[in-house]
Amino acid sequence: MWSFSNIADQIHEWLSSTFNPTWTLIIEMVIAGVCVIGLFAALGLVLVIMERKVSAWIQIRLGPNRVGPKGMFQSLADTLKLLVKEGMTPNGADKFLFNLAPFIAMIVAMLLFAPIAFARDFQLWDLNIGVLYVSAVSSIMVISILMAGWSSNNKYSLMGAMRSGAQIVSYELSAGLSILAIVVFTGSLSVPDIVRSQADGWWIFKGHIPAIIAFIIFLIAVTAETNRAPFDLAEAESELTAGFHTEYSGMKFALFFLAEYMNVFIVCAIGATLFLGGWMPFHIGNWEGFNHAMDWIPSSVWFFGKTFFLIFVIMWFRWTFPRLRIDQLLNLEWKYLLPISMFNILLATLMAIMGWHF
Amino acid sequence: MFIVKYIKDIFGAVKSLSIGMKRTLYYFTHHKEIITQQYPDNKDTLVLPERFKGEVVMPHNENNEHRCTGCQACELACPNGTIKVIFKNDLTPEGKKKKAIDKLVYHLELCTMCNLCIEACPSDAIKMAQTFEHSVYDRSQLTKVLNNPGSKIMEGVE
Repeated sequence: MWSFSNIADQIHEWLSSTFNPTWTLIIEMVIAGVCVIGLFAALGLVLVIMERKVSAWIQIRLGPNRVGPKGMFQSLADTLKLLVKEGMTPNGADKFLFNLAPFIAMIVAMLLFAPIAFARDFQLWDLNIGVLYVSAVSSIMVISILMAGWSSNNKYSLMGAMRSGAQIVSYELSAGLSILAIVVFTGSLSVPDIVRSQADGWWIFKGHIPAIIAFIIFLIAVTAETNRAPFDLAEAESELTAGFHTEYSGMKFALFFLAEYMNVFIVCAIGATLFLGGWMPFHIGNWEGFNHAMDWIPSSVWFFGKTFFLIFVIMWFRWTFPRLRIDQLLNLEWKYLLPISMFNILLATLMAIMGWHF
Repeated sequence: MFIVKYIKDIFGAVKSLSIGMKRTLYYFTHHKEIITQQYPDNKDTLVLPERFKGEVVMPHNENNEHRCTGCQACELACPNGTIKVIFKNDLTPEGKKKKAIDKLVYHLELCTMCNLCIEACPSDAIKMAQTFEHSVYDRSQLTKVLNNPGSKIMEGVE
C-alpha cells in the first residue's frame, strides 16, 4: 500500500546505491529541510485561511470571500502582500537583535518538527527523548519574543515581551506535568513508543479520569504557551497595539506570524500524539470489521485529522473567550492548573503502579 | 470551607465556559445565521433590518397632505441643528390667520441618525426611511426640504 515510509525507504535505497554514505546523508538532510520548509509554507497558508474562516463563522460573518473560490486564496494574496512590503528597522532599535529575533522564532518552530511522527514509521529524527526535547526546545521561543520586545525600543513591545516571559515560564510547568501523566502511563519518552502503546486504544480512553484531566490542562497550557487568545497578553491588540511585534513589518512580521501558527500546529501534533494516538487508527475492542475499515484509512490522514481537530479546538477557544488580565492569568496557573496537575500526576502514578488502565 | 469553594469554582468555570463554547459551536455549524449582506452584489434582494435608520423623511398621503403642525419639537430635540422649521401664515376658511410650515429643512450632512426627532414628534409627521445610498457630488444636494411643494397639513391633525 502507498505510504510515506515506503517513499522514504525507496529514496534512501536509491541514494545509497548512487552515492557514498556521507553524500547520502547530506542529500537526505537537504531533502528533509526542503520538505520542512515546504510543509511550513503550506501549513501557514492553510492555517491562516482556516483561522479566518473559523473566526468568521463563529462570529456570524462570511469571512474572506473574494479571492478565489469562496476566498480560499486569500492567505496567498496576503503572503504576496507581505513579501513585497518593506521590512523596516526603527532608528532607535538594537538592529542586530531586532533582525535576529524573527529568525530565532522560526528556527525554534523548525527544530520542533524533528521528533513528530507524521505517519507510520515516518519521522525526521527518532530520538529516545522526543517528548522531553519538544518541551525543552519550545521554551526557547520565549527568548525570541523577549529579544523582539527588548530590541524594538518601544514600551508596548517591552511590556508585551515581559508579559510573555511571565506567562510562558509559568504555563510550561503545567504543560510539562500533563505530558508527564502520559509518560508515566507509557513508561517512555520516545514518540514512536508512545504511539505504539496506543495500538489498543488511545490514552484519553485508556487513562480514564487522569488522562482526561491531563488533556484539558494540556490544552489550556499550550494555548497559553503559544500566546493565543484568551492568553494573548503578549500581543493584546486592544491594549498594546501588537505587543512584541509592534515595530515589525513586511516579511519579518510574517515570520513571527508563521512561527505562531507553526507552534500551534506542533503543540496540537504533540497533543494528538500523546492523548489521541498519533497516527494510530481508531479501534474499538474486537469489532474486526470496523477496525479493519479504520486501518484502511492512511496513517497520515489520521495524524493530520486529529491535529487539525485540536487546532480547531484552540481556534474555537480563541474566538469564544475574552482575554484574561495578567494577574488572573497567573492566578489561573499557580492556584488552579498547577495544584490540579500535581494531584493528577499522583493519581496517574497510582493508576500506573496498580495497573488500573487497560 | 476553602476546599469546597475551590472545587465549586473549578466546576462553575468549566460549566460557564462550555455554555459559551456551545453557543459559538452553534453559530459555527449554522451558516444560515450569518448576518453579513454582500451589498453591491445583492442590491436587488437586499433586506435591511427594521431598526435600520437611513434618513429622515416626511410621509405624504395621496392628496399631498402631511401631518406636520410646525411645533418645532424636532428642531429642539435635535442635538446638532439638523432640522430647521420655516413658517408661513395660512388662511383658515373663516379668514383667520393660522401658523403652518413653509419648509421643513433637513441637513442630511449633519444628521447622525440618532432618532431623537422622530421620538420627539407628537403627531408622527416624520419617520426614518431605510434608504442609505446618499453619496452626491455637491454638498448642497444634501440639504433637503422634507415637505413636498404645495403640500398642506392633513385634516384633523392639531
